[in-house]
Amino acid sequence: MTVAYHRKPVLWDIDLIAPEGKLIGIVGPNGAGKSTLIKAVLGLVPAASGRVTFYGKPYARQRHRVGYVPQRESVDWDFPVTTTDVVTMGTYGQLGWLRRPGARQRETARRCLEQVGMTAMADRQIRQLSGGQQQRVFLARALAQDASIYFMDEPFSGVDAATESAILRLLQSLRREGKTVLVVHHDLPTVRQYFDHVILLNMRLIAAGPTETTFTNENLQKTYGGRLTILDEAAEAVRRGGPQP
Amino acid sequence: MTFDYLTVVVLLGTSLLGGVAGVVGTFAVLRRRALVGDVLAHAALPGLCLAFLVLGTVQFAGLLVGALLSGLAGLALITLVCHATRTKEDAALGIVLSTFFGVGIVLLSIVQQQASGGQAGLKSYIFGQAGLMGRRDVYLIGTVAFVGLCAMTLFYKELKLLSFDPGFARAQGWPTLRLDLGLMAVLALVIIIGLPAVGVVLMAAMLILPGATARFWTDRLGRMLPLAGIVGAGSAAGATLLSAGMLTAWLGFDLFAFGDTTANLPTGPLIVLCGTAVLLVSVLFSPRRGVIAAMGRTARSRWRTGLENLLSTLYELGERQPDECPEVPLQAVLDRRRWRPWHARTLLWWASWRGLIERSDHAARLTQQGAQHAARIVRARRLWEAFLIHGVNIAPDHVHRDADAIEHLLPAELVERLEAELPKS
Repeated sequence: MTVAYHRKPVLWDIDLIAPEGKLIGIVGPNGAGKSTLIKAVLGLVPAASGRVTFYGKPYARQRHRVGYVPQRESVDWDFPVTTTDVVTMGTYGQLGWLRRPGARQRETARRCLEQVGMTAMADRQIRQLSGGQQQRVFLARALAQDASIYFMDEPFSGVDAATESAILRLLQSLRREGKTVLVVHHDLPTVRQYFDHVILLNMRLIAAGPTETTFTNENLQKTYGGRLTILDEAAEAVRRGGPQP
Repeated sequence: MTFDYLTVVVLLGTSLLGGVAGVVGTFAVLRRRALVGDVLAHAALPGLCLAFLVLGTVQFAGLLVGALLSGLAGLALITLVCHATRTKEDAALGIVLSTFFGVGIVLLSIVQQQASGGQAGLKSYIFGQAGLMGRRDVYLIGTVAFVGLCAMTLFYKELKLLSFDPGFARAQGWPTLRLDLGLMAVLALVIIIGLPAVGVVLMAAMLILPGATARFWTDRLGRMLPLAGIVGAGSAAGATLLSAGMLTAWLGFDLFAFGDTTANLPTGPLIVLCGTAVLLVSVLFSPRRGVIAAMGRTARSRWRTGLENLLSTLYELGERQPDECPEVPLQAVLDRRRWRPWHARTLLWWASWRGLIERSDHAARLTQQGAQHAARIVRARRLWEAFLIHGVNIAPDHVHRDADAIEHLLPAELVERLEAELPKS
């Protein structure tokens, strides 16, 4: 798969199979295309070429099995909704057109809020929450999607210690239930502790595999050891649309 | 005060228009598409004039088709300019808006030079003149209002998700582009039918003001939408009464008696002014978001801090004396705290009124209750200072200033944890 923004490729020839039932960290330097990878897989940015399948079927037919936690900064937290409203949005996919969330959806939302330890905040307007609490609301919303695969974009960035351990507990309980979780992560020291599997990324796939054998100094060197200037220049050339006179 | 038939028709029309514009506009603002409405309205003017040149009448429905077409052409041009020239969206909005409006004004003056007599109503499309509204126009407005409100109610869930987090909506499989287009289509309909009453220049305000007002009174979208509808309908109705000279007739004299009567004022500006007045009241008096409430909160916390400082000062000055609650000379307190005299007097009065101190002319002593309160504050501060020195390794001489503010804010539960974390020595 190759992904391009404004015709400028940011990810080249990613060829990847994510194993089922694992916690998978997507690791790489800034601008490596970690978030872009997730967004391309979910169809939020168009892939220039390539295809994505979940359990052997195209994404469009499997959306109900996919949960998504976007970056916290991607929304306006002054929006006039409560914590419960946001979490209930996770159930909209299963509800489908026109049907309003009812008692069952409210119960789902309550249960998911409990799982992230946010029951006390259920009726707060979301602006009143701290950054870590907002992150947990997004996690609860993804839980309400009741998916088999989860994509999380930097859930650990800028959160307090309580939230960090809450997220970690949640990830582990998801793994126990046999779910697959892909997490964009950029805190290297915690990678070994958090993830079974890593995907090392820097504009192209560097390595992917079990953390034990893949998260090595050699591979990290390759991921972080200077950006590949040739790829940068080629991307620029593609954007310009060919050699300049 | 009596309502003649014509006024009732006009009132009904503008209220329906204001209501639906408030509701649809709220979604447009939350989806960050408010300026699109502004462009659509301005870009409609050339279409109005062209339609008049072609049709030769000021008939409502015919002109509106022209307005809709040129408005949509304006929106399409913005998309084109953004994509083809890499112009930023706000710049493209500005360019298209002013160009179309300019063309519209030029066409309008051409139309005016044709002395056919039928063009009289056309000029009112710039600032709006609700008085020209007829019964059939109201039927049209009513239909659009019904369609718009039904669409917003039916697709409430989808639009809420789309406005809050479009990325998540897409990942969940909602056709966000089609939802956006649907919202824009309803927005365009509302704007176009509003043009004769409000005019192209100020139509956008009718979309934005009610939602902005409603936001001051609620944190729930489900309540904000009907509230915006009511505010929109109310300010439109109020403005219509003003514009139709109803207020003048009712009062018996002209409130705006400079030269002309208000009966000749265009409706558009009056609707905007009524909406702004309601917004201003909300900005000032909203209990949670309002300016006055915020000032009240600041003042309360300042006075509470002052009171607690008074109590803790009395406590510390009396601490080394054998009595449990000894008398402390007021001068000693004032030496420690740099209070203005009136501030100190008010604090002393307030503390004794609440039964926290007993005072004589030149001295004061804490009551039992006051001493308890003071002890809690002094303890919180000292724990915090100790925490900063031992836990955070801040030099002792840097500590006191910061601690002086925080003891008023620390929740009891955090103070307990501070105590637990300190080394037992």
